[in-house]
Amino acid sequence: MTGILIAVAVVAGVGIVIGILLGVAGEKFKVEVDEKEIAVRALLPGNNCGGCGYPGCDGLAAAIAKGEMPPSACPVGGEAVAAKISEVMGVENADNKRYVAFVKCAGDCEKAKDVYEYVGPKSCKLAQNNPNGGPKACTYGCTGYGSCKAVCEFGAIDIIDGIAVINKEKCKACGKCVTECPRHLIELVPYDAERLVRCNSHDKGLQVKAACSAGCIGCTLCARNCEAGAITMDRNLAHIDPEKCTNCGVCKAKCPVKIIS
Amino acid sequence: MGLLTFLGGIHPYEGKELSMEKPVKEYLPKGDCVYPLSQHIGAPATPIVKKGDRVLVGQKIAEASGFVSANIHSSISGKVKAIEPRYVPGGSKVESIVVENDGQFEEIDFAANVKDLSTLYREDVKDIIKEAGIVGMGGAGFPANVKLSPKNEDAIDYIIVNGAECEPYLTSDYRRMMEEPDKIVLGLEICINLFDHAKGIIAIEDNKPEAIALLSEKVKDNDKIEVHVMKTKYPQGAERQLIYANTGRYVNSKMLPADAGCIVHNVDTIASIYEAVVEGRPLYSRIVTVTGDAIENPCNLLVRCGTNCQELIEAAGGFKDGVVPEKIIAGGPMMGKAMFSLDVPAVKGTSALLCMTHDEVADLEPSNCIRCGRCVDVCPGRIVPSHLADLAEHGDTDGFLKYNGMECCECGCCSYVCPAKRHLTQTIAGTRKTILASKKK
Repeated sequence: MTGILIAVAVVAGVGIVIGILLGVAGEKFKVEVDEKEIAVRALLPGNNCGGCGYPGCDGLAAAIAKGEMPPSACPVGGEAVAAKISEVMGVENADNKRYVAFVKCAGDCEKAKDVYEYVGPKSCKLAQNNPNGGPKACTYGCTGYGSCKAVCEFGAIDIIDGIAVINKEKCKACGKCVTECPRHLIELVPYDAERLVRCNSHDKGLQVKAACSAGCIGCTLCARNCEAGAITMDRNLAHIDPEKCTNCGVCKAKCPVKIIS
Repeated sequence: MGLLTFLGGIHPYEGKELSMEKPVKEYLPKGDCVYPLSQHIGAPATPIVKKGDRVLVGQKIAEASGFVSANIHSSISGKVKAIEPRYVPGGSKVESIVVENDGQFEEIDFAANVKDLSTLYREDVKDIIKEAGIVGMGGAGFPANVKLSPKNEDAIDYIIVNGAECEPYLTSDYRRMMEEPDKIVLGLEICINLFDHAKGIIAIEDNKPEAIALLSEKVKDNDKIEVHVMKTKYPQGAERQLIYANTGRYVNSKMLPADAGCIVHNVDTIASIYEAVVEGRPLYSRIVTVTGDAIENPCNLLVRCGTNCQELIEAAGGFKDGVVPEKIIAGGPMMGKAMFSLDVPAVKGTSALLCMTHDEVADLEPSNCIRCGRCVDVCPGRIVPSHLADLAEHGDTDGFLKYNGMECCECGCCSYVCPAKRHLTQTIAGTRKTILASKKK
């Protein structure tokens, strides 16, 4: 009988000592976790796409909680997520404009000429090493082998008729295609920007004409007629500043090659 | 002892009989000449003439702009018409000097450049080679004087003259060996005398017995130069394979041939060195083989650099009646670059214009790898092309580097043997170039 009592006492004693030690250690080595960070992480989409510039959603959540990044830093979540995060963070939700990717080329199979027949790996990056940077006469335009499509996690890019076309509704503006495109053809533009130049060629008008019927020939008609002063010419290529653009449509009407959307 | 050779390699159809016995004819350009400022590896040259200047044959028109760079000389006399971007055989646009041909071919006084060889110091000889703008004429275009100035000059044991000419169809080096063997032997002697312990090797494949006999005869009293006979196999003339076959030394992508005590020069380069040092002529012409089954009269032409390729085709009798070439290649069929326009100049590295009526490989769609391992058997770089191509297709740069993708010399053996017709060389070479370009940044 006493044997049992001793055993019970020893087990109980050890239990109490360990309990106290664990309690003290738990208090002493406590890891500070920001509750905001957990809350923000829960709101983020969890794709871990890297579009924000951090390795994954955890990294961005920590940065938002620390105030290093604005609540709207997640390009995938968009406005809805930004609003919720702003609530958690207790800050005003500024700059939550939605962006989408935009391909600066309208030279599809019909409009852009090929100078040779290409046989080889169907990859934009590898095609760059071929003569003239690929079979297209234009060395600035979309090669259409779909390297951007391959990296898009949201299925927002299709190759239609030899050029990449962005589905505005599916695009989350993560920016992966922007870095992938070897010809730097893709840029992020505001979702509501309507007037955009669908060409990337800095060649002179004559050379552009010879290579593609949908190329900016650098005539400056759009820039001269823009009342808002939103259009600038950079090395024979028109560029529309979406901040200044009033969507009046004069440039679209004036463009002789019809490449302003 | 068997013939000298290396592990791997292939035996493609040679096609040399088309132009092998055609003596070299000089061809003088009729139209304007275009001189791209980048005909070599390294920094592009800087033009020293301007629009409207009159230039003479052999006059320097652009100057080397760095240590690894080369001078460029005019090959015709006439007025500088423009300095503008023009297409080169490689297919890119390069800033070029365009000279309007006045048809007189008035030369500068080459004799004034000639100095008595016995009074020259080694550095003087290298300066002459540099001044003459000589670059490797096998295709890569590495400046010759840089090759001849290794870090440790005492470590150089061999100067190898590459007479392998392993690329099918090409016969320009063979004609040079047959017609001007003295230039090669004397040019090699000039190079050997730049070093204390160097010996000369003239390495020739055994499919050129006449050249072997001729050059062996020329060097029989010379105890510093030997003629080596190598097995006929592609890519016997690739630098690393050539060094291994002749000296048993390994060179990898992180080393220069000089690290293995060797300097390799092409036959044409050696002949140009002779012309520069002894005759005072800078590099402004080279032998170009115009050949292929679409050409009326395949031939070897002594061509002025900068001559329009269309003129060269016409000089070879043009295309056969009713034949449209399906593929035109600058260089040999294995490593040459396909051209999409003939309106490009022949440059220092253009060894051939190959016009083929039918491209057999291009007709076949690539299919999946069947794991036969033939590419591994033939790869002279001893890497695994099938696996590297997989890694390259998936954009796995780290894996590509881990499996030694940088050892690829782009010889094309793997694509040649692949029964599934995969684009192995294109994929691996493309990734290699992308990695090299990103390293430079």
